[in-house]
Amino acid sequence: MEVNESLAIEHGLNKNEYKKICDLLNRVPNITELGIFSAMWNEHCSYKSSRLHLKNLPTKGKKVIQGPGENAGVVDIGDDDAIVFKIESHNHPSFIEPYQGAATGVGGIMRDVFTMGARPIANLNSIHFGSTQHKKTKSLLRGVVRGIGGYGNCIGVPTIGGQTCFDESYNGNILVNAMTLGLVKKNKIFYSKAAGINKPVIYVGSKTGRDGIHGASMASAIFDEKIEEKKPTVQVGDPFTEKLLLEACLELMAGDSIIAIQDMGAAGLTSSSIEMASKGKLGIELNLNKVPCRELNMTPYEIMLSESQERMLIVLEKGKEEDAKKIFDKWNLDFSIIGKTTDSKKIELFYDEKKVADIPVNTLVENSPMYDRKWKKTKLPKKNKINKDSFKNLKILNVLNKLLSNPNICSKEWIWQQYDHTVMGDTIQKPGNDAGIVRVHGTNKAVAATVDASAAYCYAHPLTGGKQVVCESWRNLISVGAEPIAITNCLNFGNPEKEENMGEFVECVKGLGEASKYLNFPVVSGNVSFYNQTKDKGIKPTPSIGGIGLIKNYKDMITMDFKENDNVVLVIGKTEGHLDQSIFSRDILNIKNGPPPEVNLFNEKNNGETLLSLIKKKFVKSAHDVSLGGIIIAVAKMCIKGRKGIKIKKPSQLISQFQYMFAEDQGRYIVEIEKKNYKQVKEILEKNSVHYDELGVILDKDIVIDDKTKVSIEDLTLSNNNWLKKYMEA
Amino acid sequence: MNSSVIIFPGSNCDRDMDVALKKFGFKNKMIWHNDTELPKSDLVVLPGGFSYGDYLRCGSMASKSKIIESVINFAKSGGLLLGICNGFQILTETELLPGALLRNKHSEFICKNVFIKINNTENNYFKNIKKNILELHIAHNEGNFFCSSDQMKNINDNNQIAVFYCDKDGKINDNSNPNGAFNNIAGLFNKQKNILGMMPHPERMIDTYLSGDDGSIFFQNLITNLK
Repeated sequence: MEVNESLAIEHGLNKNEYKKICDLLNRVPNITELGIFSAMWNEHCSYKSSRLHLKNLPTKGKKVIQGPGENAGVVDIGDDDAIVFKIESHNHPSFIEPYQGAATGVGGIMRDVFTMGARPIANLNSIHFGSTQHKKTKSLLRGVVRGIGGYGNCIGVPTIGGQTCFDESYNGNILVNAMTLGLVKKNKIFYSKAAGINKPVIYVGSKTGRDGIHGASMASAIFDEKIEEKKPTVQVGDPFTEKLLLEACLELMAGDSIIAIQDMGAAGLTSSSIEMASKGKLGIELNLNKVPCRELNMTPYEIMLSESQERMLIVLEKGKEEDAKKIFDKWNLDFSIIGKTTDSKKIELFYDEKKVADIPVNTLVENSPMYDRKWKKTKLPKKNKINKDSFKNLKILNVLNKLLSNPNICSKEWIWQQYDHTVMGDTIQKPGNDAGIVRVHGTNKAVAATVDASAAYCYAHPLTGGKQVVCESWRNLISVGAEPIAITNCLNFGNPEKEENMGEFVECVKGLGEASKYLNFPVVSGNVSFYNQTKDKGIKPTPSIGGIGLIKNYKDMITMDFKENDNVVLVIGKTEGHLDQSIFSRDILNIKNGPPPEVNLFNEKNNGETLLSLIKKKFVKSAHDVSLGGIIIAVAKMCIKGRKGIKIKKPSQLISQFQYMFAEDQGRYIVEIEKKNYKQVKEILEKNSVHYDELGVILDKDIVIDDKTKVSIEDLTLSNNNWLKKYMEA
Repeated sequence: MNSSVIIFPGSNCDRDMDVALKKFGFKNKMIWHNDTELPKSDLVVLPGGFSYGDYLRCGSMASKSKIIESVINFAKSGGLLLGICNGFQILTETELLPGALLRNKHSEFICKNVFIKINNTENNYFKNIKKNILELHIAHNEGNFFCSSDQMKNINDNNQIAVFYCDKDGKINDNSNPNGAFNNIAGLFNKQKNILGMMPHPERMIDTYLSGDDGSIFFQNLITNLK
């Protein structure tokens, strides 16, 4: 096949990029080489639009063992234990083929984690769908949930948390972001950097088929009406093989024969081999006839670009091949020596004894394009004037009932009941709480994890939204009594070639960088997904943040269910009454404009750290952060979980009761304390200049406001629990 | 007391079972599916998971595995054989227990706490158990028990129903049936009551910080009965 500019364009490269390839090689590439360049230089693998901005993120910290740039981030949790974690998107494939797209998303992120030597101990996910009225939403949701469950359940890793959002901006582009945490001993972490010359390069796992060819390029393109034709670019998952691969890799890792290991994810054998060579500043020579193939007559081009799942590439110490092979034989997995490391600093491929590719590694990596794309700043929208007349016909408890069955607030039990969340026997906080928690097996420690996104805020003002979502992650961890450690981010955006979308990206990243720096909550891994766009319409900017924290003694963890009658309920943090972009404004008042709530990083940190000190002193009986829906939704959820009621006396403030109850001001928590400790708690809060309101006392069965109106927890529970189930069964 | 847990490729509750057995005093050994002999055991356990991927009927590949012949011989000579979840599916596939486990009625994987009522205490598993309603956890896609009417008659005639799904007060009805199982059957014995297969996972409920603690009652009672 003749390689020329138009073939390069079909591969997703532009004219200048094609010219650059010819210049770097000093010749026209052959078809295999063109395929390799297109895979390495697409947005998904090269981060060409995002690199410039990502490098400003804070990535270091006392507990950070490995920041971005490896398969996943690694943080220290003491006693020689470390947590490996990362979040990754699988958006495009999940829209085309929801079951397999979501399943392989889960498979891919688990591989990233066990590639580093860690046994996966928890999965989470953040999923975004179109409007619940949209004709595709139900089947996409069903498919994605089954896919996530089908893969994670089979492997036997609990899915302990997640986040689901419905918004019409995802009608044509759903988001599926999967996160995995793994546990490893600090001295047994494996990296992808090859070292040494003439070391055998080993292929293990599933055979290579024609599935997923150009998957990474597909993930870097905009959708149009022909997306159905792209089904063959979606990979097919085999969780059973992944389970075998996991066990076999961990068995091999127990020894000392591995120099470097890398999973074959996006762009398959191409990116895995090139990454290992590039990090080790070496060359790699591969004989493609040795690659185990599922189908006959696969060409070098197909072998290099296949995204078949459940495969790994390993650089082994010489002489260890036989021992390693025995392990993979035991687990019935393919094992093939397909090449060796060289000092050529080139990737050299052979097929039928002919050289079919010869590319200097640096041309694919260091010399890959990097763009400083034009971007547009988003002005802070003007605040809407609160017109008290708009509340005139509303009753707080009716609105509460309505919001509890809002798709974005209702219980997601229908979803997480389909995920095995208890396998491995260490899940001590299930989905549906502020954070999922698993014990570190056999110790007193536990790790809390949460995943959050707030697209409405990010869309209204990306800089504030970016900060907010990091703060929300931090708050969710503090609410369960965990010390926040670090985050991973999955940055889902529209078309970076459009100034508005690029601006959303730049400012969200700036915001999340500022917050993570201030909170000492560094970013240790992540991924960027651009082109979440159908024709002209892009998604709302959606950075998903996965945060993890440590609980030193799991018996000290905090849950959100109200515990005991007569205990006092406080709101920590000040309620200013900010309604713009709240779910109350958007879905009840139908006011969609205005700025998101302001993020005050000083208050955020001060309030959070003070609450953590109260938790450490064992003053806190239950806690929950205030987020979507404001104080009243937060309190109602604590009532529902604890099967308790509350007698609320609205604190005397100047703002209206609606503003007080539904505002989404940041940096706030609801906490339950015993009366006997109230005085001491007040002193600590006051000493630390933390604002608090006394909201009420816990009682049986009802929410009672100002002695005037009440609603039973039973009714609220039904509203909250049944909506999604009924929607899916209708 | 010595126990053995069989590991099939794709088993994923093997470690949890090992932890639980040891916690309650068993000396447990893990046995690989390609082995042919069982060590001397007072109890053999087929754990939960997706043996061989379960791409055929659940448990069918495992019922043809190398180790299974020794397991069958062990049970036929009266040894205590417990199958949990996928283990129950394997027991029906080997025909050590009657019936079959079909797809759940809504064709969805279900992971949640359920209550079970113990139906028969004249056996080593439930003799002297201090509660007759236990809260346990299920996590499966195929737990919908089904059998022919002849089989059902035999099951009833021989008092082989071990546990029913029920509500917290012990009521056995459609509302307390999570997966569509025939007659709310959650677990079965063989005729001699030395083989028990059940869908709920006692090994996931062995301390108060987990989904519950009633699994402890099951294991504690079992080892006491065996001593």
